[in-house]
Amino acid sequence: MTAQLLFLYFAGMTVMGAVVAVAAPNLVYSALALLVTFIHIAGIYILMNAEFIAAVQIIVYAGAILVLYLFVLMLFNPKQENLYMHKQYKVGIFLGVVVLFLMLFAGYRTEILSQGGSYTPELVEDLGHTRAIGNALFTDFIFPFEMASLILLVAMFGAIILAGSGRRRSKGPGGRVDLSRRKAAKKALADS
Amino acid sequence: MDIGIQILVIVFQIAVVLGGVLTHIAYLTLAERKILSDMQDRLGPMEVGPHGLLQPLADGLKLFFKEDIIPAGANKFIFSAAPILVLVPALIGFAVVPFGRDSLFLGDIEITPYIADINIGILYVLAFASIGAYGILLGGWASNSKYALLGGLRSAAQCISYELPLGLALVGPILLSESLSMKAMTEAQGGGFWHWFIVVQPVAFVIYMICAIAETNRLPFDLPEAESELVAGFFTEYSGMRFSLFFLAEYGNMILVSCIAVVAFLGGWQAPFSFLEFIPPIIWFLAKVYFLLFFYIWLRATVPRLRFDQLMAFCWKVMLPLALVNVLVTSIVKYIVS
Repeated sequence: MTAQLLFLYFAGMTVMGAVVAVAAPNLVYSALALLVTFIHIAGIYILMNAEFIAAVQIIVYAGAILVLYLFVLMLFNPKQENLYMHKQYKVGIFLGVVVLFLMLFAGYRTEILSQGGSYTPELVEDLGHTRAIGNALFTDFIFPFEMASLILLVAMFGAIILAGSGRRRSKGPGGRVDLSRRKAAKKALADS
Repeated sequence: MDIGIQILVIVFQIAVVLGGVLTHIAYLTLAERKILSDMQDRLGPMEVGPHGLLQPLADGLKLFFKEDIIPAGANKFIFSAAPILVLVPALIGFAVVPFGRDSLFLGDIEITPYIADINIGILYVLAFASIGAYGILLGGWASNSKYALLGGLRSAAQCISYELPLGLALVGPILLSESLSMKAMTEAQGGGFWHWFIVVQPVAFVIYMICAIAETNRLPFDLPEAESELVAGFFTEYSGMRFSLFFLAEYGNMILVSCIAVVAFLGGWQAPFSFLEFIPPIIWFLAKVYFLLFFYIWLRATVPRLRFDQLMAFCWKVMLPLALVNVLVTSIVKYIVS
């Protein structure tokens, strides 16, 4: 009973946070609503005895990714464009309904929901969640795990190359312009 | 045990821990001023009470009665929420710190020396520490002031960067104790100071301490509030009670990271020699925490502030690779030995 009430609270807040994140007029409010969503998802994980995932959820999503989002928001301070929403809301609703339908369809038609893995709740509780997840990740699922890290590595290389090439280009003419400006400023100083 | 009594016990534990922590925060401010003044050959606060012992009380009262100013153009909601967002993560982490060994028994009611022993204790602390960055960032943004905004941005960059080596430094003790629970970690270091993880993990300890100082925005890493450049950084526009909440959070964080350092590297409540075990464990714990806090203040009196690019380069080019190598070496040695 308590677990169900808690689940309802966490699930409700997750959905509400997500709705506010999409609908809020202010981007900073959107980010904060997303923070609420992330923290409540962590709560759902804890209800499922998955403490490790819950902690990682907060550390990675709330503590790192969303802080970076906020960082960028504050650095560039983008103006809210209401037009953007109005132009695309029909497409958005259509896509949303399609995706929702697909998810419900997948959930009811296949055996994914009724399928149980080798890690039953009792086994996980017995082994300890962190140990169980470590065992599973580094034995049965080592290939997908390593693939995921490789993909992330590729993304990081991409970011570094993009940032690096931009700097190289701006060094040429940009540097010279800066130098001449500095010379002009020096001249002006000397003249005055 | 009755569920009502159980809840009462938990509330009592929380009250004791919070009361203790808040008292420590108040007197840490006085200790800092006294130690700094001693190192700089002056007296420090002397007026209120004998040797200024009641100074924290007077400071608290003064801050409490100050006018609460919200600057024009500030986002009122976020401006008031930010100090709370900073303070709560700083205090919530104390829930998993094991302060002593023995439970207190009142009849058959057991009062443990920690509020909760959750099996991911150290990750829990790291998770909430990472939430603390929001308050700083949002406080800086909501103030509608360029100094505050710059301070907030700097702080966010600094917190995100130093969180990585901080977490990686703690992986060493986690590997050695084979547990994420702070209680199990303390118990793994029993039997004399040569079993403490600082002996086998000196690199991790140094990395942890440096990152902890950076995470709590203390000198020499207090760039978010570098007064000569940014007035007071992210809390420039704050006054009265709201300002004091930021202040409480800073000192609370100092105590929290010291507690974690003591648990992860200095054996928690364990005595250094077995013949010294007649001294209660909680006194050992407090003595170690006080030593680390003294070290913090000592450092503040000694080292000048870094430049921002030095700070970032130091984190990404020195601390992070070093922490990664430390994790690698620790795992290999652990694998070979066991």
